[in-house]
Order: sequence, then C-alpha cells, then structure tokens
Amino acid sequence: MLAALLIVFREVIEAGLIIGIVLAATKGVVGRGRMVLLGIAAGVFGACLLAAGAGRLGAAFAGNGQEVFQAAVLAIATLMLAWHTIWMASHGRAIAQEMRALGGAVSDGRRPLAALGVVVAIAVLREGSEVVLFLYGIALSGGASGWGMVAGGALGIVAGGLVAALLYGGLIVIPVGRMLSLTGGLITLMAAGMAAQAVAFLQQAGFADALSAPVWNSAAVLSDESIAGRLAHSLVGYTAEPDGLQLLVYAVTLATIWGLARAVRPRTRPRTHPASRPRPAAAE
Amino acid sequence: MRILLPLALAALLLAASAGQTIVVADDAESRDLVIKDHVFSPAEITVPAGHRVAIHIKNMDATAEEFDSSALKVEKVIAGGASGTVHLRPLAPGRYKFEGEYHEKTAQGVVIAQ
Repeated sequence: MLAALLIVFREVIEAGLIIGIVLAATKGVVGRGRMVLLGIAAGVFGACLLAAGAGRLGAAFAGNGQEVFQAAVLAIATLMLAWHTIWMASHGRAIAQEMRALGGAVSDGRRPLAALGVVVAIAVLREGSEVVLFLYGIALSGGASGWGMVAGGALGIVAGGLVAALLYGGLIVIPVGRMLSLTGGLITLMAAGMAAQAVAFLQQAGFADALSAPVWNSAAVLSDESIAGRLAHSLVGYTAEPDGLQLLVYAVTLATIWGLARAVRPRTRPRTHPASRPRPAAAE
Repeated sequence: MRILLPLALAALLLAASAGQTIVVADDAESRDLVIKDHVFSPAEITVPAGHRVAIHIKNMDATAEEFDSSALKVEKVIAGGASGTVHLRPLAPGRYKFEGEYHEKTAQGVVIAQ
C-alpha cells in the first residue's frame, strides 16, 4: 500500500505543481477556476483514453508512438506557456491603463487563460495516464493486497493534491506584484524544461542523435530519483545529467520567450517598477 | 533592449540548424528484453560502450509496466501484452540500473556497457 501511495504521489505531484502555479499566476482573473477544472476534467478523460489505447499508441512509429506523442504534447504545452508569457507582456500595460481609466474590472484575461487550461489538461493527461495504468494493473491482479494498493493510490492522489495546495498557498501569500513576476518566471522556466523534456523523448525514440553526450552530472547534489529532484524537474526542468541538445533547446526556449516578451512589451517606462504582470489583486 | 529581438532571431536560427541534424539514429546493435511475472529477463544486458543500442522490450504480463531508468535517461510505458523499443545513447563504460516502476520490488535490471 505504501509503495502504491508513493508511486501515485510522485505522478500526481508533478501535475499538481503545474496546476498550483497556473492558479497562482491567474489569481483574481475571472473564470480561472472554471478553466482549471475544465483542464483537469479534459486531462482525466484523456488519461483514461490514453491508458486504454496505450498498446496501440506504443506500436505506432515502429514502437516509438509513445515518445512521439509525449514529445508532441510537451511541445504544445511549451507553446501555450510561451504564448501566455508573451501575451501578458504585450497586453500588460494596456490592461493596467484601462483599469486605471475604468476603475477596476479585468477586461480580458481569456486568451492566455485558454492557453493555461490546455497546459493543465496536458499535465493531467501525461501523469494521469500512468496512474490509471498502474491502478488498473493492480485491479487486474486483484486480491486483498490489491485493494490495499488501490487505497494507497487514492491516498497518493490526496497527498499530491495537498502538496500542490501548499505550493499555491505559499505563492499567494507573497505580495501580489512580486508573486506574479515570480510565477511568470516559473512559467518561463517550466516551458524551457518541457521543451528539453520533449527533446529527451525524441532522443529515446532514436530521432535525435546530435550532442547526446552528458554535459555534467549533478546527481550527487540533487538526484533525479529524490522527491526534491522530481519537484525541481517539474518546476524548472531539472535533470542531473543533461546532454548538449537538451541544454541547447532549454537555453533557446528561454531566450526566445524572454526576447519576444521584451520585444512586444510597450516601450514607455512605467514610473514605478516595470509592471510585467499587471493583473489586479482582486479579491477572490 | 533593442538587441534582444536579433538575439531571439539568432536563437531561433540556432534551433533550426540544430533541427537539421535530427535524423533517425542508426542503432549499432539491438538486445531483446522480456518482462514476465514482473521480472526482467535477462536481468543483465551487456552492450558495447560508445555505441547506440536499441532494446526491444516485450511485456508478457497482462498488466502495463514502465521501463524506467534515470541512469539511462529512459522512461517508457509498455502496455500489457505489448512491445516497445527504447534507444540508448552511446554509453560510457559502466553499470546502468533500470527498473519496472510499477513493480519495483521484483522488476530490476542493469545494463553493463563495456
């Protein structure tokens, strides 16, 4: 039961962290709760479909269908996170000015909201399909120990959800301005991490051969298997032994999002600190 | 700040040129691995160091297994009764542990590169 709890916890926490950050980043935006719930529901539904079709998907692309699929959804999530960051940079000041003129009321947060909903759905889909496969396997083998493990799995989901809630709670007590630039930074790092992970899947499928030698090994400091290593992996794409291609893609993604966000940001300098994230601190 | 747009463009170009080197890998060798009763056989796989190796995994169990190794940087779900292939990067000589994440107690193995 403890083993089941740990396995499910590890999967749930990865999706949970992403949801926690998305929720914090959209604090005060109308409709974000519905967006996140929709994303989770779509993700759970997709995870069941994906688990049911795992055999057929795996057989595609000469036995590499799963890697191609994972790389594709990670690429989509990267694009959505990039879009959100860049959109916020370009519309930030306009929204802030409008709010000053009209005295409150968020005019539009919908487009980046949809993008973040997709990211939530993909996170739940990826981790959820593994949970479904694992729990289904236990259910198939049956027996009394089987039910204990199902209970462990359920506890794992609850525990993962709690950690996500803690992260969210921790983020939203930070003063809003700083919290939003922090979550903005986290979202950019998360996007870069997802892009690098997509590359790792393509390498595993044998589609990417260049620069495959590990550049460093920091497993002694933070191993991939430790819970902290896994958290760092989902948050900023940490891996103990990155190779050249992964690092290159990570850096290029960071530079591209950061550069484009700078380029589209309105030129006039605000008098106070640069309002990269202008969303209001409206009460929930 | 104006230099950032060219910087982003240069980054995109770099990404595009990296993309061109992406070709289907030519595996030097391949190995077969079977999962049955949540145990890998063989549990030890010897491969030549410095070469790409494909491992064809066949899952004879009714339930899914995740072939997982952070040392090999591979994670792949193999559905019950299904097969799959993982491609190992050229390895430095050494021992690389792998496991079945859904049955860690029994599903353990090691790739030995020499």
